[in-house]
Amino acid sequence: MFSLEAALGAMLVGALTFYLLFGGADFGAGMWTLFPAGRFAQEQRALIDRAIGPIWEANHVWLIIAVTILFTAFPAAFAVISTRLHIPLTLMLIGIVLRGTAFAIRTHDVASKPDGVSGAPPIWHRVFGWSSLFTPAMLGLVLGSIASGRAAAPSASFTETFISPWLAPFPVTIALLTSATVAYLAAVYLLLESRDPAFADLFRRRSATAWVVVTILGGAGLWAARDGAPEIYHGLVQTGLGRVGVGATLLLHAAALWALLSRRDAWARVLAAAAAVAMLWGWAASQFPYLVEPSVTIYDAAPPATLRLLFFSLCGGSLLLLPLLYFLYKVFKGEVIAPRAPADKLS
Amino acid sequence: MSDLLAARSQMAMSLGFHIVFAAIGIAMPLLMAVAEWRWLRTGDARFLTLAQRWSKGTAILFAVGAVSGTVLSFELGLLWPSFMERAGPVIGPLFALEGFAFFTEAIFLGLYLYGWSRLSAKQHFQAGLVVAVSGIFSAVFVVTANAWMNAPTGFELDQGRLIRVDPWAAMVHPVAWHQIVHMVLAAFAATGFLVAGIHAFLLLNDPGSFLHRQALSAALIVGAVPALFQLVSGDLIAKSVAHHQPAKLAAMEALFRTQDGAPFVIGGLPDESTQRIPYGIHIPNLLSILLHGDPHATVVGLDAVPPEDRPPVAVVHVAFQVMVGCGLILAGLAVWAGWLWWKGRPLDENRRLLWALALASPLGFIAIEAGWVVTEVGRQPWIVDHVIRTADAVTPMPGLWVPMITFTLLYFVLAAVVVWAMWRHIAASDRGAPRLAKEVAV
Repeated sequence: MFSLEAALGAMLVGALTFYLLFGGADFGAGMWTLFPAGRFAQEQRALIDRAIGPIWEANHVWLIIAVTILFTAFPAAFAVISTRLHIPLTLMLIGIVLRGTAFAIRTHDVASKPDGVSGAPPIWHRVFGWSSLFTPAMLGLVLGSIASGRAAAPSASFTETFISPWLAPFPVTIALLTSATVAYLAAVYLLLESRDPAFADLFRRRSATAWVVVTILGGAGLWAARDGAPEIYHGLVQTGLGRVGVGATLLLHAAALWALLSRRDAWARVLAAAAAVAMLWGWAASQFPYLVEPSVTIYDAAPPATLRLLFFSLCGGSLLLLPLLYFLYKVFKGEVIAPRAPADKLS
Repeated sequence: MSDLLAARSQMAMSLGFHIVFAAIGIAMPLLMAVAEWRWLRTGDARFLTLAQRWSKGTAILFAVGAVSGTVLSFELGLLWPSFMERAGPVIGPLFALEGFAFFTEAIFLGLYLYGWSRLSAKQHFQAGLVVAVSGIFSAVFVVTANAWMNAPTGFELDQGRLIRVDPWAAMVHPVAWHQIVHMVLAAFAATGFLVAGIHAFLLLNDPGSFLHRQALSAALIVGAVPALFQLVSGDLIAKSVAHHQPAKLAAMEALFRTQDGAPFVIGGLPDESTQRIPYGIHIPNLLSILLHGDPHATVVGLDAVPPEDRPPVAVVHVAFQVMVGCGLILAGLAVWAGWLWWKGRPLDENRRLLWALALASPLGFIAIEAGWVVTEVGRQPWIVDHVIRTADAVTPMPGLWVPMITFTLLYFVLAAVVVWAMWRHIAASDRGAPRLAKEVAV
């Protein structure tokens, strides 16, 4: 079963996993700025800017790593995806551009301060919030279309080729699920980073609400997969491995709610992240070995020389990067995690 | 508008937008490091203020550079899917390495921008240096990929398919070296002169300001030295183009027919139908001398390639002239400032020099844009020289004018917003410096 193709496919899923957990949460945090925080409005702005400011650009690079793996190792899949899903990908890019620019303008305006006072016009705060909501939805729409089997199916008309792959119940449900999941992750993460207990309670309520929304949309996604993504449905529900994956996801997801309600915030963070990872990996495993259902697999790959070079570049790059990333998080997040959750609780 | 033209316009506009922020992202960290280093050496807090002021403005430019670069990595597939399908296995590893360079840059940028009070002064200074170095590495990888498109190696061609792919060959590319040096020097020269011009303008209104004087001298060092080296690099890259892409060189020089003792043409608007260059000034034999050191050497003209393989001559020639003209003006300013410095005269009191620097501040970026037009349009009609035609690589997606217009509008709005935000930073410097030092500290 081990092959360079499988290893690089795993690395692609790995990059997406990091993007979901870290980059996704940055989008989720931006989404919460859309919701009124009453007397905490300024504190909320300060919290979110402080939480994502130093790390969002690094977190964003996981998406670039994922796309370079895709076009280097699996050029056929990249060509199909970027041709057939041109429209949602373009919309996602517009979202990425607006989110990054709006965040920079709002936090680095000459009159902006770390305490949440911003000199930027209000429109940039709204652009930041809405693009944070919109962008992960478009990524979810793309991933849902890839899983559905419609992106690589034969087609004749413009609509069949460029619209129907993504304008369908399953991809749309996955789009909503993606946005809800990153909002949920962000709320749980921010719970740990807010210092005022009353403010933390606001994020606890938000986390619990988002948990419910994720649960509903997750169930709806599985139900929509029956007709909308039959291969995925088969993989998740009708195989032993798939059932174990779904079961693990449900268990972790339920445990995260327990931790949330019983105020074990550090545990909630770990369990919520683990449930999200289980969901992503369950999808990846049920789609294996297909990259784009139902025709492009990971064995439609670049020549071995390229795969070897890419594999060793990624291994070498990770050896360099992961310690650096750890250092970045230690500098900016060390005090968030350490005082309220001793190391033994987290590990 | 045809879909091909729309796709090319969108790609050109996206690259033209991104390249400004990418160049600033390469050079600004060095400028900030110079200011911070002087703070560490002298203990004068005003240098710290300068470094922090620059870093706050640069943060916005970095963010726009990061997201516009993301757009490009997807547009390779959105606009040219069959190019990436065939070329991905050869140049993909370069982009993966670029991803890691960008990752390093982003990590240390976060440490730099937000770590003023969390890192020791020395660690913070070093973080800035890592940002500068990883920015250069990003440029090295991306420009190497572009050099491969100009002179592809590392594969065999079998009925349009690339077989026996050797991605290592693309990494140690014969043309890449010249392009990398030219691009990195351009990034430093353009950014240095842009910043020098802004502070020169502010000095005109606020003579004797310590902050602007120091900013001017740091920016001039970072900009002027590369501007002089660029003359040598330009000579080397022209010879390399003459060797690897004779059609591109012929278009740059508007040389319609192959000839001994080829002239160098200054200015002019080449007319492809008449093969003449109205308004051009011909200097006999100069092109042969510049390229081969021999006034009678043969230079290959456009007639050496079939008409359907020729790049558009007027665009490439005019862009080349603009690039060279801007580069020469900046080199001249570098000599002028260097001469004053050599004579021990204070630069900031020479109002003529300050005016000249202020007026010349955008020239480096005009040269970068023009140079990019030369290398990209000069390669047409090929996306990979003599391997894949641009027209064959474009996506089958119809109605490409829609995303083209959308991105054009988006980038125009963003450009306006960035200029507005930068203007606020620059205008704020008219207020008292000590108050700002506290305000800017993150």
